[in-house]
Amino acid sequence: MPAGTPQKALSRLLGEIGSVDAVGVEERVAKYAARSIKTASKVQGLKLAVSMVDLTTLEGKDTEEKVASLCRKALRPSDDPEVPQVAAVCIYPSMVRYARKHLGRSPVRVASVATAFPSGQTPFRTRLAEVKAALADGADEIDMVINRGAFLAGEFGRAQDEIAAVAEACGRATLKVILEVSELETYDAIRAASFLAMRVVRPGDFIKTSTGKTSLNATLGNNQVMIEAIRDFYLSTGVAVGMKPAGGIRSAKQALQFLVAVKETLGDAWLTNRRYRFGASSLLNDLIRQLQKQKTGAYQAPYYFSENSDSY
Amino acid sequence: MSRLPITKTPKVYVGGAFIRSESGRTFPLNDAKGHFFANIPQCTRKDLRNAVEAAAKAGPGWAKRTPYNRGQILYRLGEMLEARAPEMAEAIALGGGKPADTALEVSCAVDRLIHYAGWADKFEQVLGSVNPVAAPYFNFTVTEPMGIVGVIAPAEAPLLGLVSLVAPAITGGNTVVALASEPQPYPAILLGEMLATSDLPGGVVNLLTGLRRELVPTFATHAHLRGLSAVAGPEERKAIALGAAESVKRTHLIKAEDKRDWLSGSAQSLYEIRAFLEFKTTWHPIGS
Repeated sequence: MPAGTPQKALSRLLGEIGSVDAVGVEERVAKYAARSIKTASKVQGLKLAVSMVDLTTLEGKDTEEKVASLCRKALRPSDDPEVPQVAAVCIYPSMVRYARKHLGRSPVRVASVATAFPSGQTPFRTRLAEVKAALADGADEIDMVINRGAFLAGEFGRAQDEIAAVAEACGRATLKVILEVSELETYDAIRAASFLAMRVVRPGDFIKTSTGKTSLNATLGNNQVMIEAIRDFYLSTGVAVGMKPAGGIRSAKQALQFLVAVKETLGDAWLTNRRYRFGASSLLNDLIRQLQKQKTGAYQAPYYFSENSDSY
Repeated sequence: MSRLPITKTPKVYVGGAFIRSESGRTFPLNDAKGHFFANIPQCTRKDLRNAVEAAAKAGPGWAKRTPYNRGQILYRLGEMLEARAPEMAEAIALGGGKPADTALEVSCAVDRLIHYAGWADKFEQVLGSVNPVAAPYFNFTVTEPMGIVGVIAPAEAPLLGLVSLVAPAITGGNTVVALASEPQPYPAILLGEMLATSDLPGGVVNLLTGLRRELVPTFATHAHLRGLSAVAGPEERKAIALGAAESVKRTHLIKAEDKRDWLSGSAQSLYEIRAFLEFKTTWHPIGS
């Protein structure tokens, strides 16, 4: 392939969808951290954030028992009955049947990463087979990684066809498309990848920032680029796509800032776990800790809350 | 040649960094003659929470240091204070003390640090024990730090009172979040600058300035603080007792109205270290 082609492909696509004003995005998101959120709104926001958590463990050392305890925590995050259940548990495909067993018919969904997570570097038929295996074991949602190699080489068609094929294989299951923003380098590339994915997924599917396995994860900046892409796509096509930032969101304060971004960019229609999720493990503990603080008035010690998985 | 005066912005020492209050609030500090001296950070409950987080982060590392190393660092803090003694004496004199008294307070504070530096690798021998038991076991008791200790310094003796409460707590391996004297906060600001140059890891001692009525209730109820060493009035003691009961926290209270003589040798002792230690007794089987 001749040199310069990836850049040409990208600029052709950006010509259609519009490019990103990087400085503007950074300035916009810096303001989100300065919002004053009063007590009643904060409590509501914290509970909403709990209901949006995809409680995650993605480690080589995962076992059935570890997944079982994650499921118990997902079903009942706190002894306070006012704290809602989380949206889903997010695990490796080999753990799906255990999660299915322990979650039963509860509303908490089983989400499985698939397609050779996190790198995506196996033959496509292998990745597709992994998706089908996870679905057969009872997954409700599939978190796929895009083919970053193809994307960066300018082979947008190939990257997009793979997403379309996985979406088709998902059937009734929800698909979340991981862009792995840290490997896309620029805000323009993130916007382009968002559009490539959104054009082939179904309404109600998600785009997701990262795998949590690289150094740079979800930030307010790349979240903003992606939710603006979702907004623009919705306004031009009427198709509502969901959003899932993942990795690096550890504190309740951060979660509230992300929710402010959603509220101010996409509006109330996205403030539900059908359209917005947090991929996180330690975040849940901090959310419950802050809810307890609001309830008792006293700052809580972290060891009052259960241990979490080491992965983001 | 005339020069614009360069005045220092007083900042509090938290987590190894010099910060303003997250609220941006300050309160004016006047010298003994009523002239404006500086704006002091008026720390909030959130600043206290952040300081506790910093202390929690520093805790395991500090507890793992060898007692000998903790002693060395306390001694070094004494050296830093000694070297800047005249400056510290001036800071104390803002409150109106006589030069001889302020100099005495500084030298006594240095001596107090050296006192606890000496105890650092010795208190274990005195407080720990090997216990006789009528069974084939070694039975021994060792000390462990409690964790994060809150310190509420007295209004008087703005340097010596603070040092007398902070030093024994960190000698035992605890980390500290301290509230400085409300009427005379400046010596604590200066002490923070000395802590920063004394090899003490950031977050082991965190110093806040502000209003007692705003902060004492949060010191009492914060569940992550395992102990509270405070000089407090009757009303404050009641609030502390209630909050500490709620969070099951050890308290070591000195009555403000008793006007403790901080210069006295009785203000320093092994028992001040013991006040914030846990005791662990272990049964270890021995062969025939």
